[in-house]
Amino acid sequence: MAGILISLVLLTFMAVTAFYVLRLRHLFSVVMLTGVFSLLSAALFTNLDAVDVAFTEAAVGGGISTVLMLGTLALTRRREKVPETLSIGPLIIALVTGAALVYGTLDMPRFGDPNAPALKHVVPEYIEGTANDVSMPNIVTAVLASYRGYDTLGETAVIFTAGIGVLLLLVWRREEDEEDEDGEKEDRA
Amino acid sequence: MIQDILAHYNYWIIMVLMMIGIYIVASRGNLIKKIVGLNIFQTSVFMLYITMGKVEGGTAPILTGKPEVFSNPLPHVLILTAIVVGVATTALGLALVVRIREAYDTIEEDEVRDQDNATVAEEMSRAAR
Amino acid sequence: MKHHLVLRVVTKLMIPFILIFGLYVQFHGDFGPGGGFQAGVIIAAAFILYALVFGLEEARKVVPDGALRILVPAGVLIFAGTGVATLLMGGKFLDYDVLRPSDTGGQHLGIWLVEFGVGTTVAAVMIAIFFTYAARPHQIDDEDW
Repeated sequence: MAGILISLVLLTFMAVTAFYVLRLRHLFSVVMLTGVFSLLSAALFTNLDAVDVAFTEAAVGGGISTVLMLGTLALTRRREKVPETLSIGPLIIALVTGAALVYGTLDMPRFGDPNAPALKHVVPEYIEGTANDVSMPNIVTAVLASYRGYDTLGETAVIFTAGIGVLLLLVWRREEDEEDEDGEKEDRA
Repeated sequence: MIQDILAHYNYWIIMVLMMIGIYIVASRGNLIKKIVGLNIFQTSVFMLYITMGKVEGGTAPILTGKPEVFSNPLPHVLILTAIVVGVATTALGLALVVRIREAYDTIEEDEVRDQDNATVAEEMSRAAR
Repeated sequence: MKHHLVLRVVTKLMIPFILIFGLYVQFHGDFGPGGGFQAGVIIAAAFILYALVFGLEEARKVVPDGALRILVPAGVLIFAGTGVATLLMGGKFLDYDVLRPSDTGGQHLGIWLVEFGVGTTVAAVMIAIFFTYAARPHQIDDEDW
């Protein structure tokens, strides 16, 4: 019960943080609040027994992603332009989608249900198998690297590709391109 | 009644977070704010998965040799990789923002669109002449 | 941030511990929480901290661009190479059991290799991404924040 209460409190904190992310115009504060949001979610993951995930989220969300956002701010600007009108369209989309999703959750198994369908399919096999075939204490590592090795290979390839993409966009430019761009700027001026 | 609310409260808050994320992406013209919105949306999807994996009275899925109830390890695996992929793709998005800033000297969506329209109009009039 | 003495001293003290912790998370991931993804990010965080406090030029001396260019694809190649090795040894792709004759030894070796590959790629990509951001000319002055 205490565990559930803690997660509810953390979730409420996160909702407040997200609301302020929406409201604030100063991008520096927005980025810092995103870091707070990530740390809160890391705390929530720990509370929900997902220690490996919490670990990753704290290092990625609280650390690297915040640093990258700050780096981008340093390269661009730190204030958001004031929007001219209140955006009704997006609000309606968000409200309708949200209502549909909340309606959908009414059929979900209750929070912490030990008989949830998600627990019944392959998970018992994985837990048994980790003990007998892989003989590793950490089930998450065993599933990640052994049972779902193909997935992980794919994810690693995605990270590799994204990294190459960033390098292509920001570093490895041919000299002709730079000359072209200078030419364009002069044209426009 | 309170039991019912507690049983689904986590889902509802996560939906609220998701909708805040979607609203930021759809309504704000600032490209960095859009990426922050996407991040919030992404994190709430992560939380949706992890809350579904929680089992009452369960522990972290690490075998200790004693018979125990474990929370569902499968969502943990999926989300663990998704977080790192997420930061890599966020970095790619931010790199695009930096390049847009260099090409257009702005990171506001509408200003980029205005400049594009102006360029197109100029080219059209040049072609007409 | 070259003028902040306290930051410099504390950073110098902390970086070895962050690195050791990263290695612990990498190689103890089979037993406790941890693994390649987390370890990669933690090790990258150590280098990013170094670059933040001591400047990009110093950090580039520690991790030269050439090394990053090798390490980024090396991790993926280790991962995929493990799969190819299992194929060549008569198993299925990423079927670690054939790597070693003993009962579970193959699984342990395979998971170790795969996690090592993941950690390498993640750490190298994160460092490379940060370095590219830091190398661009800044638009905002330090006092402007």
